[in-house]
Formats: sequence, structure tokens, C-alpha cells
Amino acid sequence: MKTILFIIQKEFLTIFRTKGMLPILFVMPFVQMIILPFAADYEIKNIKLTIVDNDRSALSRQLNSHFQASPFFEVLYANTQEEAESRVQSNQSDLYLVIPPRFEYRLLKERNAPLHLTIDAINGAKAGVAQAYVQSIILGFNREVIAEWGPQLQGQALAALGAPIDVSYQNWFNPDLDYNTFMVPGILVLLVTLIGGILAGINIVREKEIGTIEQINVTPIRKYQFITGKLVPFWFLGLFELAFGMLLGKLLFDIPMVGSIGLVFLFATVYLLLVLGLGLLVSTFANTQQQSMFLMWFFMVIFILMSGLFTPIESMPRWAQTLTWFNPIAYFVEVIRLVMLKGAGWADIQGSFFKILAFAVVMNVLAVWNYRKRS
Amino acid sequence: MNLAITTESLTKKFGAFTAVDAISLEVAQGEIFGFLGANGAGKTTAMRMLTGLSRPTSGRASVAGFDVSRQPEQIKRNIGYMSQKFSLYEDLTVKENIRFYGGIYGLSLKNIGIKTEQLLEELDLREVSKTPVKSLPLGWKQKLAFSISQVHDPAIVFLDEPTGGVDPITRRHFWELIYRAADKGRTVFVTTHYMDEAEYCDRISIMVDGKIAAMGSPSALKKEHQAPSINELFVRLARVTTAGLG
Repeated sequence: MKTILFIIQKEFLTIFRTKGMLPILFVMPFVQMIILPFAADYEIKNIKLTIVDNDRSALSRQLNSHFQASPFFEVLYANTQEEAESRVQSNQSDLYLVIPPRFEYRLLKERNAPLHLTIDAINGAKAGVAQAYVQSIILGFNREVIAEWGPQLQGQALAALGAPIDVSYQNWFNPDLDYNTFMVPGILVLLVTLIGGILAGINIVREKEIGTIEQINVTPIRKYQFITGKLVPFWFLGLFELAFGMLLGKLLFDIPMVGSIGLVFLFATVYLLLVLGLGLLVSTFANTQQQSMFLMWFFMVIFILMSGLFTPIESMPRWAQTLTWFNPIAYFVEVIRLVMLKGAGWADIQGSFFKILAFAVVMNVLAVWNYRKRS
Repeated sequence: MNLAITTESLTKKFGAFTAVDAISLEVAQGEIFGFLGANGAGKTTAMRMLTGLSRPTSGRASVAGFDVSRQPEQIKRNIGYMSQKFSLYEDLTVKENIRFYGGIYGLSLKNIGIKTEQLLEELDLREVSKTPVKSLPLGWKQKLAFSISQVHDPAIVFLDEPTGGVDPITRRHFWELIYRAADKGRTVFVTTHYMDEAEYCDRISIMVDGKIAAMGSPSALKKEHQAPSINELFVRLARVTTAGLG
């Protein structure tokens, strides 16, 4: 035990005297917090919509004004469908809407007036969102028409038109559809993972490079003492980064904390053991810091991209969803969102907790086992 | 005569290459044993086996009464090792390095304090005790590394080219330290490329191609091979292999 304390003390001293370590610890969270939530914002605004109004009636102008009033659309006009289409093809417009001739007449007399919508779907996500926006605006217009013209319509016609379809949306847990709220907890996970994994990953290798590991190996130190001594300082740093990141999230974005902050830290404690164990395991394999960085990078990229941080796991193919069962980042991203945004309690996250705990034990046992004091 | 180190046909192979080829030697307690050989002759590999860092392929060796194959951890408690590569933490100060190594050798905080004072005094490093090791001159670092390798007062100390790249005056000081350690009854097993240093040893062996080509006290060896100096003897023995390689 005393031996471990001496190692921990030495690690802290060397960590804080390593050039560039303090900027990494304090500037990195800032930059990630400031840049990533904005860059990873899926909110789509300023959709360029071209309207071809072939009717030029009171009602078609009324529909136009609905689009103009929407904050999501930047409305352009074209005289012909060909003109609108060429704009979409030259990227000047994202979609176009054609209002056919006799739109007003058909709407009021025949109770049925088709509109034609063409969307550039190269960016599928954006196209889907744009379509949903257009539909909701048209629905709103529909209701307005019924409210306004209903009394003047023939009784029979009104019956045929029926009650307007009422599509209503309600966003739970993130009522303002604020992407910062959604992204920041996930970015906290990235922060903790990068600090823990990468720094621990290069640590033992660094001792191999400068030669001190040989001196350590010739002492009666036990393998588990050495690994534990290496683990603890980075474990503290990781938890510190999480706290620091949370504080930034609160100050910069006013991120909610619906659930228990203690629960997040409890989970982070075990999660860090896993990530650090992976880092230490990698550094027992690698001989140079570059090798270790490359290996960690390999794992990190896959873990991060498949974590559900940027794209929902539910929309991945089945085999990919199966793989996320082994992805620690996916667990923590899910748990931190559940706890911070939904207020999930212990009962909701205990499954993930025990899985991560099991992975953590395996990782660290492997790291101790694979660390060789003699060749 | 109490034996500190004995080896019998100690061998290390890396694949088809035999780095250490069945060496047998005995080193008495309190002896300064010079382990000479050209670069690549297998000195470091042999020393790594004796210190428990490397597993012998075959043969037997015992260090401080423990078997290198079966009891490497017990050996580690009883030896000090100063490797060729610099082995102190450059970011830590002189005092912090002493404390760390003292700590992992299991010294109590009180003993660490006593040891620190003693080393700072002996090495005349008191002025720089709070200076990071990286800003010390090489000679000072080497002397510090030497002392720290013996912070736990081991029975045997292994020194792998301890004076490489160090100026002659510091080398002289270094050997004074080695003599002082030997006077305390410590066995010193040292490799070097400086033949004048070889003359300071009680006994030496010269390794050529993984084998021990000559062993004995410097004066006896010179007489036996009719060589005016150890330098001359070394060159003569080593030339055989260089010719063989050519």
C-alpha cells in the first residue's frame, strides 16, 4: 500500500511538470465545449425554398406568407418550374414548391388542391427535416383555410373536408429542441475518455522510452502496485475533468441536471477504470508513444463514431448495434443523457453500470497480466 | 569465501542468435568485478539475466543466494542496478528521486529522510537538492543514479557502463564511490569500456562473442597473456572476432 502511495505521488509530480499538461487539462475542455456543441448542431435553419406560384390568388399568397413567416425558410420565387429546378441543381435552392394554376378555386370548390414539392435529398437528414417543416406549414395553412372559409362552404363540402388533421408534436426532456442540451453531456463523455485513455495510454510507454521502466522492473515492486499507482492519478484527473466540464456546461449553456450528479460521478468512476485499463493495456503492448497513440486512436475513433453521440444507435444496421454492446462510450453517453436530461435513477442505469464494471475488471486484469517485469 | 554471484553455463538465445553462450563465473562477496567486452559481446544481456530482468534460456545462476530463474523477485530485494540508459526521473528533483526510489524499496519515511541527508552530503548535492534532475550536468546525474541504485543498501550492485560519456575527473570520483561501496562489503559488478577502469577492479572477465575469453585479476591476466596492459589484452582478444566477422 505504501509503495502505491509513493508511485501515485511521483505520477502526480511528473504529470504536472510535463510541459503542455496544464493546457491540455484546462484548455481542451473549453475548446471542446465551445466548438463541438455548435458544430454538431443538427438544427436546420435557412433552408432555401423556391416557390413557383402559378395561381397568384389570395389563397396562394396566404400560403406564401406562411413560409415567409417561418424562421426556417429563406423564400425565393421563380416563374417556371424549370427555373426552380435549375436553381436546385445549381445549389442555389434546397427545394421548390409548385402551386398549380386554379389552386384557390380547386381548394374551395373541389376541396382538394395538390401541391408539388421537390427536395434535394443529397443531405438526407436535412431533406427529412425540410420536408417535415413544409408539411407542418401546409397543415397550419389548411387549418386556417377551414377556419376562415368553413362557414361559407356548403354543408356537404365541409363534411367532406372533414375535421383538419391535427398533427401535434411534443418534445419531451428537451422541450426547446436545444441541441446544446443534447450534445454537451455527450461531449463530457468524450472529454473524460480522451483525457483518461490517451494520457494513460502514453504513460507507461513514456517510461519505456526514457528507460526508467527498467529501473522500476529491477525493484521488488509488484505488478499490481505499479499499475494501480499509474491508474489512480489519471482516475482523479478524469473525474476532475468531468467536474470542470460540467461546470463549463452549466455556465456556458445552462445544461440541466435533472438527475443525481452523484450518480453521474459514480458511473464515471467505473467508466474511467475501464478506459484507463484499456490505455494501460495498450501501453504494455506498445514500445513507443506513437504506437500507443495510434492504437488508442484506432479504438477511440471507432468507439466515438459508434457511440450514438452524433448519430443515433437505433438507426445503425443491426450488426452495428450488436457491436455497440462492447462500446464503453455508448454506455456512458446513454447513461449521462438519461441521468442529466431525464433524471434517470439507479434502477435505470444499473444494467449499464455492472456491464462497465465487468469490462473494467477484465481490462485491468489484462493490463496487469500483460505487463512484464522480465523478458 | 562467500560467493555473491555464481553462474553455470548461463545462456541466452534470441531465436537462432546466441547472445550469451554458456558463461560460468564466480564473484566473491565484497569483490569489484569488471565485466569487459566489446559492444555486442553480450555483457548487458548477461547482466539483465543476473538482475532478473531477462529469463535465461538455459544454465543456472544464483545471485545473493537466490536462483535467477525461480526467485527473481527475491534477488531484486538484494541488488542495486544502474542501467546504461539514464534511469532517474528528469522532471523530479534530486530529493524527490531519492524519496521515490527509497519508497518503492520499502524504506520508512524516517529512513528515507536519513538516507537523503546522507546522500546529499556524500555527493555534495545539497545546493541542488530541489533542482529537477534534468538540469544537472551528466556527471552529477550519474553519481546520483549510482547512489540511488543503492538507496536500500543491497548486498550486490550491478553497474552497466556507469561512466559512459563522463569526464575523467568525474570518472575518478565515481570510482572513489565504487571503492567506498566495496569497503562497506558490497559486491560491485561493473561493465566498462575504459581499460584504465578495468585496472581498478579486483578481478575482470573479458567477454568475446557471448563467451568468456579470459578471467582473473588484472595483473595475473597481463602476466598470463604477456600483455603490457589490459587495453592491449582486450584488443588482442577482441580482434579475433573482428577478423572472424570480416
